[in-house]
Amino acid sequence: MKYSYYPGCSLEASAKGYDESVHYVFNKLGQELKEIDDWNCCGATYYMATKETISLVISSRNLAIAEKQGLDIIAPCSSCYTILYKTNTILKNNRILREKVNQALRKVGLEYHLNVKVRHPLEVLINDIGIDTIASKAKRTLEGLKIAQYYGCQIVRPERGLDDKDDPKMMDSLCSALGAENVYFPMKTECCGGMLMTTYPDVGLGLNKKILECAHENEADIIVTTCPLCQINLEAYQNKINKKYETDFDIPILFFTQIIGHSLGGTSRELGLHRSLIPVDLEKTTREELR
Amino acid sequence: MTKGNDHSPIPGLLDEKEKELRNSFLLQVQNIPGGESIKKCIQCGTCTATCPVSYTMDITPREIIALFRAKEIDTILASRTIWICASCYSCTVRCPQGVKVTDIIYTLKRLALENEIFPQKFPVYALSNSFVWLVNRLGLSYEPGLIVSYYLKTNPFKLLGMFPMFIKLALKGRIGFFPKKIKKTKNLSKMLKEAEILENIIPMQQ
Repeated sequence: MKYSYYPGCSLEASAKGYDESVHYVFNKLGQELKEIDDWNCCGATYYMATKETISLVISSRNLAIAEKQGLDIIAPCSSCYTILYKTNTILKNNRILREKVNQALRKVGLEYHLNVKVRHPLEVLINDIGIDTIASKAKRTLEGLKIAQYYGCQIVRPERGLDDKDDPKMMDSLCSALGAENVYFPMKTECCGGMLMTTYPDVGLGLNKKILECAHENEADIIVTTCPLCQINLEAYQNKINKKYETDFDIPILFFTQIIGHSLGGTSRELGLHRSLIPVDLEKTTREELR
Repeated sequence: MTKGNDHSPIPGLLDEKEKELRNSFLLQVQNIPGGESIKKCIQCGTCTATCPVSYTMDITPREIIALFRAKEIDTILASRTIWICASCYSCTVRCPQGVKVTDIIYTLKRLALENEIFPQKFPVYALSNSFVWLVNRLGLSYEPGLIVSYYLKTNPFKLLGMFPMFIKLALKGRIGFFPKKIKKTKNLSKMLKEAEILENIIPMQQ
């Protein structure tokens, strides 16, 4: 199948490994990703918080361009996914805002008719491709790898009906089908604080410490996530957390597509694993499956 | 903390400012899908209990709705609560009455910004301001630019503390040294100009 691909700003920079591994996995599974032509920032949480019509116009421009391409959007970044999904819902429900948005879009020859679905790659892998198909294409088993599956707060909440709000299982079932062990991890949808790490660092560091602690105590080798902001908070600030709370966390934080890509046979470079700040050697922990 | 409306000559009568704020709040709440559920709040406090950051708030999410009902919207807007909210939606998914707490807090943030009810060197305002400035010009966000602009506005000395992380990320190829732009930035500013005008148009009730 073919999808419109919306990378978002993070996947072009700090979460490059996410972008690389999404491409690798979809390519391996015979799916085509067509990047939305000249896409712009989704507006993110702060845009949504400040000016309503403007924020809707900014995100709708992407929806309108994707509609021209005639394909559903795949948005890997949790925040982009949430914003684009939310914009779609608001425009569907509110005729006045829809008119306002379209009036602004028409200024540049665009118009949005609500015909685009916003989807997350995790859900696409499970619903469109299927766990069995993915498992049958695996070149390596993830046996021996203990994973804390961290979904973060955005993708399962609210009204997106993607998975259970408190105990989502999509990544768990995908990884266990590939041989990994999912550790007990009740913090799977707890909030990492997002931008609080910058605005109120004390609050942000505390939230992330709890997540790392939970993974550490349940003996996870790695934390796997779907969100670029969670990833950078947990990874890049791990030093600061260790210093502040006198802990010695040393847990690599990976994107779920990097794990799946590894199982499908990708090298560390192909999957952007070499970009990890906390060194990770998946090949050591998992052995090649004899096929 | 609470100022109340005791400056009003007649008990229960709202002063002009409060009236204006309430009206614009209620108007924006109508735009939230399911926003009218705010009326159904039973003050159970599930939102506060489930909030991962309520411990550091000056008024709790439950109190926001209570204070609104008590006609003290200016107290809510001046609180640090609305800015501490990390928008994780825990409260929204757990509310037994379906109140869209997170979206209501978004509305309050907007209202506070429009009315400039916050300290000048306020961190969240500095961050969102920098973000909006960048996106309006580039069509994209640019992380290093955002961080630099944010710290210059709040605490330039802290910028030095970010340097080691910047180097580490740069060595891994995770930072762009030059900001990227979308191709049609002219189109973007045309759209934004139109949206800016439309923002303040309130259609007549049907």
